Parts: sequence; C-alpha cells; structure tokens
Amino acid sequence: MSVLIFIDTAEGHVKKASLEAMTYGAKVAEQLGTTAEGIVLGAVQDDLAALGKYGVKKIHHVNHESLNHQDAQLFTKVIAEAATASGATVIVFSNNLSGKAIAPRLSVRLKAGLVSGAVALPDASGGFVVKKNVFSGKAFANISVNTGIKIIALNPNAYQTIAGEGTAEVVPFAATVDAPKVKMVSVSKASGEVPLTEAEIVVSAGRGMKGPENWGIVEELAKTLHAATACSRPVADAHWRPHNEHVGQTGFAIAPNLYIAIGISGAIQHLAGVNRSKVIVVINKDPEAPFFKAADYGIVGDAFDVVPKMTAAIKKLKGVA
Amino acid sequence: MKILVCVSKTPDTTAKIAFTDNNTKFDVNGVQWIINPYDEWYSLVRAIELKEADPSTVIHLVTVGAADAEPIIRKALALGGDEAIRVNADSHDSYYIAAQIAEVAKQGGYDLVFTGKETIDYNGSSIGGMVAELLDLPYISLATKFELAGTTATVTREIEGGEEVNEASLPLVVSATKGMAEARIPNMRGIMAARTKPLKVVEPAAVDALTSVAGFGLPPAKAGVKLVDAENVEELVRLLHEEAKSF
Ligand SMILES: Cc1cc2nc3c(=O)[nH]c(=O)nc-3n(C[C@H](O)[C@H](O)[C@H](O)COP(=O)(O)OP(=O)(O)OC[C@H]3O[C@@H](n4cnc5c(N)ncnc54)[C@H](O)[C@@H]3O)c2cc1C
Ligand SMILES: Nc1ncnc2c1ncn2[C@@H]1O[C@H](COP(=O)(O)O)[C@@H](O)[C@H]1O
Repeated sequence: MSVLIFIDTAEGHVKKASLEAMTYGAKVAEQLGTTAEGIVLGAVQDDLAALGKYGVKKIHHVNHESLNHQDAQLFTKVIAEAATASGATVIVFSNNLSGKAIAPRLSVRLKAGLVSGAVALPDASGGFVVKKNVFSGKAFANISVNTGIKIIALNPNAYQTIAGEGTAEVVPFAATVDAPKVKMVSVSKASGEVPLTEAEIVVSAGRGMKGPENWGIVEELAKTLHAATACSRPVADAHWRPHNEHVGQTGFAIAPNLYIAIGISGAIQHLAGVNRSKVIVVINKDPEAPFFKAADYGIVGDAFDVVPKMTAAIKKLKGVA
Repeated sequence: MKILVCVSKTPDTTAKIAFTDNNTKFDVNGVQWIINPYDEWYSLVRAIELKEADPSTVIHLVTVGAADAEPIIRKALALGGDEAIRVNADSHDSYYIAAQIAEVAKQGGYDLVFTGKETIDYNGSSIGGMVAELLDLPYISLATKFELAGTTATVTREIEGGEEVNEASLPLVVSATKGMAEARIPNMRGIMAARTKPLKVVEPAAVDALTSVAGFGLPPAKAGVKLVDAENVEELVRLLHEEAKSF
C-alpha cells in the first residue's frame, strides 16, 4: 500500500503545482498510515532526492528518451505500471494541464475512481470522500470514490506547499515504454515571464483599458509584483492581448493568492475563472461595477491614475527605485 | 471521414446555483439549459468547418442524457451535423458517461472524436481522456487548432506557459478549447433542417459508476469589500502587504 504522486516537469524542472501535489499526497499517506512515493518520467535537471522535503520517501524515475515529451497515452501506461508495482491505493496528480490529460486515462486503465479539481484532503472516516469545485467555482461537491484504487487531481493553488526535512530515495523504474503515437513538432512559450496557471499573483485588465497601447502600466505593475498578466474575454477577442491570457468561464480558471482586476466589470462568466483567488483587488471607476461584490479590497477610481501610483507605492515598499 | 462530436447540456452561465433534497441535487427550478460552450463554440464548429472543406465528411453528435437534453441536441443539429444519438441515461460519473460514448464510438467506427475541454457545471475535464483510453486511441487535450491533411492531424495544444504543435494519425480523440473555431449562430435553414434530422435514442450499456455525489455545498460568502480612497493608493498597498500578506 502507498500513495503515489505524479511529479510533473517542464524542461527538466519540477513544476510548482507538483510540490503542492506532493505535500498533499504526503498528508493523505499520513492519514492512511502509509508512505508517499513519487514518479517522474523523462530527463530531469533538478535534484530529485531533495524533493523528500515535501514528504515523499521514494521516487521512481523512468528516464527514457520517449518520455521527454508528454504523450498522455504513453505516460498513462508507464504510470499504471509503476502504480501496480508499488501497490498504490491512492494516486495524486495536480489538476494542471498535464493532470487533465493523464489522470482520466489512468482512471480507466486502473478502473480507479477519479476526483478532478479536488480542493481539500479526503475524508476517509467511513468511505473516501473528496471535496471538489463544481459550477466553475460557484459551488463544491463531495465526491465519494467507490473503487479500491482512488485518483485525486488536486487543483493548483488549493493546497499550501510545506517544505520540511528529509531526502527521498531515488530509484530507477524499468517500465515498458512503447513508441509514442503523438509526435511533437514544435513548442512555443508564452511571452510573459510567469506562466499564468502557476502564478501566485495575477494582474488582469479589461476593456476599461481602452486599447492595447495602454497595457504598459498593467505590465509594469505585474513586473513589480513578479506577477503574471491576464485579461477579460473581450480583450482577447479583440486581439488586444494573446488568448492565453484570457481568464474566465471559457478561458483559464486560476486561483492565485492575489488577483488584481483593473477596468474589468466582473461579469459572472469572468468571475467563474477567478473567484477561487485568495484575495481579490478591484480597480474600477464605476462604484456600481459588479466586481466590487466579489472583491476583498477595492478602489473606485481611474485606472490610468491609480495603477501607476500603485506600482510606485509597491516599489517604495520593496525599496526599489 | 466520420466525426463524433460529444455534446452536453449545462445550466446557462448566469443560472442561480442552488441545491435541493438536503443538498444532494442541483436545483433545476427556473434554469435555462445551453449547449456546453466548449462543445458548441469550439468542437462542433470545427467539425462543421471540416465538413465544409470536405463535404463527404459525416458528423454525428452524441449526448448521454435524459429526454430533457433533446432541445440542446436539436440546437446543435441546427448548427450542423448529420444525425444525433442520445444515450438514455442520466449520470454524473465521468467514467459512466465516457463508457457510453465509447460504446457509441465503437459501433460507429469514427476517425475522430471531439469533446469540449470541460463541462462548465461538473468541471471534470475527464471525458475525452477516458474515451481515448477506452478506445485505446491517442488523445490530444486542450486543442486550440486542428488541421487535417489526409489522415494526419496537426494539432496545437495548450501546455503550461505556452503551446505545442503535435502530429498524429487518425483515429484520434481531441478535446477542444478556445481558438479552435469562432462561435456561430444557427440560421433559419439550419433550424428547419434540424427538425427532420435523425435523433436516435439508444439504451445505455451496463456499466458500473466509479464515483457518486455525496452532497453539494456553496462556498462561504465574502466578508465584503474594503474600499480605499483613490487619493490614498499607498494605504491599499499597505493593507495588501500587512493585512492580506499578499506579497
Ligand atoms: C457563455 C459566455 C462565456 C463568457 N466567458 C467569459 C470569460 O471566460 N471571461 C470573460 O472575461 N468574459 C466572458 N464572457 C463575457 C462577459 O460576460 C463580459 O462581457 C466580459 O467579461 C466583460 O469584459 P470587461 O469587464 O473587460 O468589459 P466591460 O464589461 O466593458 O467592463 C469594462 C469595465 O471597465 C471600467 N472602466 C472603464 N474605464 C475605466 C477606467 N479608466 N478606469 C477604471 N475602470 C474603467 C468600466 O466601469 C467597466 O466596469 C462570457 C460571456 C458569455 C455569454
Ligand atoms: N453527458 C454527456 N454527453 C455527451 N458528452 C459529454 C457529456 N458530458 C461531458 N461530455 C463531453 O466531455 C467534455 C468534457 O466533459 P467533463 O469531463 O465532464 O468536463 C464536454 O465538453 C463534452 O464534450
């Protein structure tokens, strides 16, 4: 018996979302009186043993060239093999883009019930019940998993990473690796320095900015806060900003620690993608803007006046010119 | 070429979310139903575009749902598509739904199965991957572009912090997200034609659900907004730093 955590990497580096998954998985293991193990596929640059500080005791590493690119079908087969070999009864993914591609396949392969979008630890007193977001963050559901093996895909930013002490034993795992059926032709990275779905702070702007030429003050604020930038749908639709910045019901759903909304009205479809943020700040010149109802802090004012002042105040506080 | 497009019904994006029966059932009272936006705007429209480029293409729609899903299916048929299949079952277990779709897919022998990225009510993002595994086919998730040359598909998909172009041979399962196509509105001719297009109802295959809903709940209400004067931006920054500890 064990809890197995899929450790997701990009260009050889472990993703932040996987640190959360490890911390969560280690806690689940503790609840169940068993140990947490990890699995990494493909070449890595990070020191895997050091991941022991997130509570994983052992890491299975399958270092095979075909696994340097993520093909859901191939990854599923390899993870299933490792899960069976390590006797995993709970398998934890981050519900990031990788988790969304792989966890459902693994659920079928192992006939293991899946809870995707989990936001809390399982309740294992009598059954196995996991809380997840539904209705795009407007409600939650408690899902009872009725199979021997359970799979949980944890929402990014839903569980706090805790780094403790310890090193993990890293063991090569010899899996059968078929030739991938999906071939990668090219990759392109988004312009922003901080990927939106991994960002702790997000600075987002809407139609109130009037035009793409005015985004300088938004980017400057984001840079000062080491934040990712985002936008409302009409802004992406009008090609003011790239579509990979679009958040909301039909764009990315994010849950950063801080979400700053500038010149965005706060339509319900926009809120659906951001309402899980821990703290929401709204800057809007209209005191009646619906966004204020969902906000923690707000300023009724002109973005062109308020945003540069905010950047300046943050710089002052951080002691940078 | 034969394409299967998965279509599901969801409450309108502005619907009031409430629960009944001791918080075990979604309150459908007064709810307007729509086609799940990812299914309608992206996957279905892209399938229609492929048919426009190659008129020999056949599009079938499938929904797993009770009879009350039929208006949604008719609307989808009005946008395009040749016939629809409704699997007569109501379930919230992704595996159960995927198994029904896989059954339909096996019988129809499709080259391509399209799903949406996720349903905006149950937010599973699971059905596409599950169907692919059940059919033992490759799966490309979160596709923002889909091009076809003969039997080779070139698909752009979202990855963390960027995009990736993939190539794979049909048959294939693809989940569609924003970028795949532009939303369309059904025209009068489409609406008329949809009335006579076949809508087959089939009984579900015997499948055991892997999960069940124990109950629903609503998140706690926000405490209310703390407004700071526009002349006092430094105070907001101080609150974010000291009180909210946001940075
Ligand atoms: C099915 C469906 C799905 C949708 N999905 C999404 C989605 O995923 N994401 C999304 O964002 N939208 C989505 N929408 C659209 C959504 O309903 C809104 O139309 C959209 O969010 C509005 O964008 P906005 O707030 O930028 O623009 P507006 O609604 O035009 O708001 C602009 C705001 O800026 C303020 N403003 C103007 N000038 C200034 C200034 N100088 N300083 C400060 N404030 C100023 C105004 O007071 C106003 O509140 C969806 C709609 C539908 C029907
Ligand atoms: N009941 C259903 N009938 C047909 N297709 C469905 C059904 N539920 C989900 N789908 C498809 O699967 C996609 C992902 O759904 P989900 O995994 O539930 O988020 C949706 O966008 C639909 O294309």
